[in-house]
Amino acid sequence: METKEFTYPEPAGLAEGRIGEKMVINLGPSHPATHGVLRLKLELDGDLITRCDPMVGYLHRGQEKMAENLTYNQFIPFTDRLDYLAPMCNNIAYAQCVEKLAGIEITERCKAIRVICCELSRMASHLVGLAAYGMDSGSWTVFMYCYTQREKLCTLFEQLTGARMTSSYARIGGLANDLPEGWLGNVNEFANQFLPALDEIDSLITRNKIFMDRAVGIGVITPEQAMQWGLTGANLRGSGVATDLRKDVPYLGYDKYEFDVAIGMHGDCYDRWLVRIEEMRQSVRIVRQAIEKMPDGPVNVADKMISLPKKDNVLRNMEDLINNFVLITQGPDIPAGEAYFEADNPKGALGFYVMSNGGGVPYRVKVRSPSFVSLSALQEILPGHHMSDAAIILGSLDFVLGECDR
Amino acid sequence: MDAFILNFSNFAILADAAEVAPACPTACEFALNILLKVVFSLVCVVVVMSFAGLSVVAERKVCAYIQGRYGPNRTAIPIVVAIPILGNFLKKNGLMQLVADGLKFLLKEDPLPAHVNKFWYMIAPVMALSPVLIAACVIPFGVYWTDGGVMAPLAVANFDVSLLFALAIGALGVYGAIMAGWSSNSKFPYMGGMRASAQVISYELAMGLSVLSVVLMVGTNANVDSPLSMFEIGKAQSGLWFCITQPVAALIFLIALFAETNRLPFDMAESETDLVSGFHTEYGSFKFGLFFVGEYGHMVVGSSLFITLFLGAWNPFPGFVWPESWGWISSALSLLTFLVKIAAMLFFFIWVRWTLPRFRYDQVMRIGWKAMVPLALLNFVAYLVFVSI
Repeated sequence: METKEFTYPEPAGLAEGRIGEKMVINLGPSHPATHGVLRLKLELDGDLITRCDPMVGYLHRGQEKMAENLTYNQFIPFTDRLDYLAPMCNNIAYAQCVEKLAGIEITERCKAIRVICCELSRMASHLVGLAAYGMDSGSWTVFMYCYTQREKLCTLFEQLTGARMTSSYARIGGLANDLPEGWLGNVNEFANQFLPALDEIDSLITRNKIFMDRAVGIGVITPEQAMQWGLTGANLRGSGVATDLRKDVPYLGYDKYEFDVAIGMHGDCYDRWLVRIEEMRQSVRIVRQAIEKMPDGPVNVADKMISLPKKDNVLRNMEDLINNFVLITQGPDIPAGEAYFEADNPKGALGFYVMSNGGGVPYRVKVRSPSFVSLSALQEILPGHHMSDAAIILGSLDFVLGECDR
Repeated sequence: MDAFILNFSNFAILADAAEVAPACPTACEFALNILLKVVFSLVCVVVVMSFAGLSVVAERKVCAYIQGRYGPNRTAIPIVVAIPILGNFLKKNGLMQLVADGLKFLLKEDPLPAHVNKFWYMIAPVMALSPVLIAACVIPFGVYWTDGGVMAPLAVANFDVSLLFALAIGALGVYGAIMAGWSSNSKFPYMGGMRASAQVISYELAMGLSVLSVVLMVGTNANVDSPLSMFEIGKAQSGLWFCITQPVAALIFLIALFAETNRLPFDMAESETDLVSGFHTEYGSFKFGLFFVGEYGHMVVGSSLFITLFLGAWNPFPGFVWPESWGWISSALSLLTFLVKIAAMLFFFIWVRWTLPRFRYDQVMRIGWKAMVPLALLNFVAYLVFVSI
């Protein structure tokens, strides 16, 4: 990929006869500001960045290739490791894609539970995003406040799936299990205490003069640029483009919920911060509605070739035992064809492209990673900014390397 | 030049030297004097170092409470923790963590990277810590009354230009950062050292200008001979404190103090999000420990300066002084007052660090040159005009 040289509007200092000797510095792959194994090769003129080469791939695990040797359900734990800050969203996006390919219509209860999981994951992911953002601006207390809330969310996930981070909750045609007893009440309790806590975080830093000086007008992305570079999610909305796949292409019955899409006005780091905070408030709204309207009924589709039989029956009934064995070893039989599904994940639009030749194993899986797109915009955004701005811009783009490198 | 000739007659602390310096000290008296000096210097170093150490623990504990955590409360020394109440108290309050931290610095391998300039690399941590300890010797931690009823400071050294001395020596601490940054021969430390030097030099100006108005006030109002002496400045605050009469100067000094000590809104030199850990990135083990203690020592000495200049020194409340008639109780109380004020200032430093985000480097410089220096100058000129009319 060719990098673009930044030209100063008015050469800073060059006019006074400064030669402007450049220094190349490696930000990463192991550096506190890069939140992972991102490496930025920066060319500095004094303290100004004149060129930026983002280098990714340090966390490449070949997940797309691995998918070709795994049944559809076996690949779900691998999707946890994409955006590991919102694993449920990835599970669900992948399951949705396979269901689209197979033409499976999931139950209403499953849809509602998936919506709650997606929105809770969105909060969990945004909390980490804001925590890291606060840390990048030097405010550690914001980091701890956010993590206190995220821990409570992780406890909810643990009650639901048994794992705090790598949940692997979704299955093709349903979910791993139904809701445990009293879980919705716990979610409601969490939501009730979360909004005041969020206001506290908000009042701690959002109107802070130093933070505003650091973030306002920094890392500006115009709406045209944002669309041109393919940014999605909160980064695109921060630039003032009102697109949200939950509204535009409603999946999981998102059209039945009332929520607003938060957009920024200037596309700078500060707007992206505000958009994320507002999105969490909207998520709480969606979760509350979903709890209120939670339908009864089964969570898995009735099709025996898709969802596993009850464990009780497997142990007692020969037919169900065979069914279970076939599904586990060969996977659900998905008809030949291809499907692409995009879900509005916390990091942006996470797309799955699945191609099937029939049988239980996909022929090809491609992941469209929003973090990769955000990172590739860095070489356009960073030049012209100060070295210290790099940290705050990286924080505001809220990427995760597990998804970028796959 | 008279002001700059050190008045050695005030130099002794216990002898009634303020009044009668022995005209011709015998060898024995001279040796005793030296011995006393050494002992007092050691006491002073112990006070500063223990405050620095305790502020490390305080930093961890206070930040934990600010962030809704417990902080260090598990570290235990086997025998000490068995003492019935005290052991548990020390453990719960993280005081044994202090020992563990210190031991860690001492016992870890001391790396010496191959690419560094060895001489300057070794001497930089010493340069970061020693100015702090030297500057501490002129700070009047309290007062006592000689047999003749004359007030004298509880300081290792007391001379006419002690304020200048403290500012000058304190500012030398930045050489530690510059040397470390340059000698490390690595990019992040280099940038950290560069930023540290530029920042300290900029804020030194505003700091000096804000001090000038206080010196002027002491010199005119109190009619003292040596307004640059920290003891005289402290003595002049028996009535209103200078933070009340000189609020602008106090504010400028306080902000400059944060910049001087590299504390959070201004910690450009080691802003870990972009410079990894700034000028001491290449340091480890005890050399890093020296930088670490030096930073906290700097805070202690800087707080003492601020207290002496603006916060009424050893006086407990504005308009109230510890009475001479109470004798040694009064001087003990004055010492206690000063130490409590240092503790309060350290808490303030910590509180600010864990609440505010960090400035950007160019913003720091802009504030320094475009806001602090003109404001300090304006304040000084305004006060000058006020005094002359």
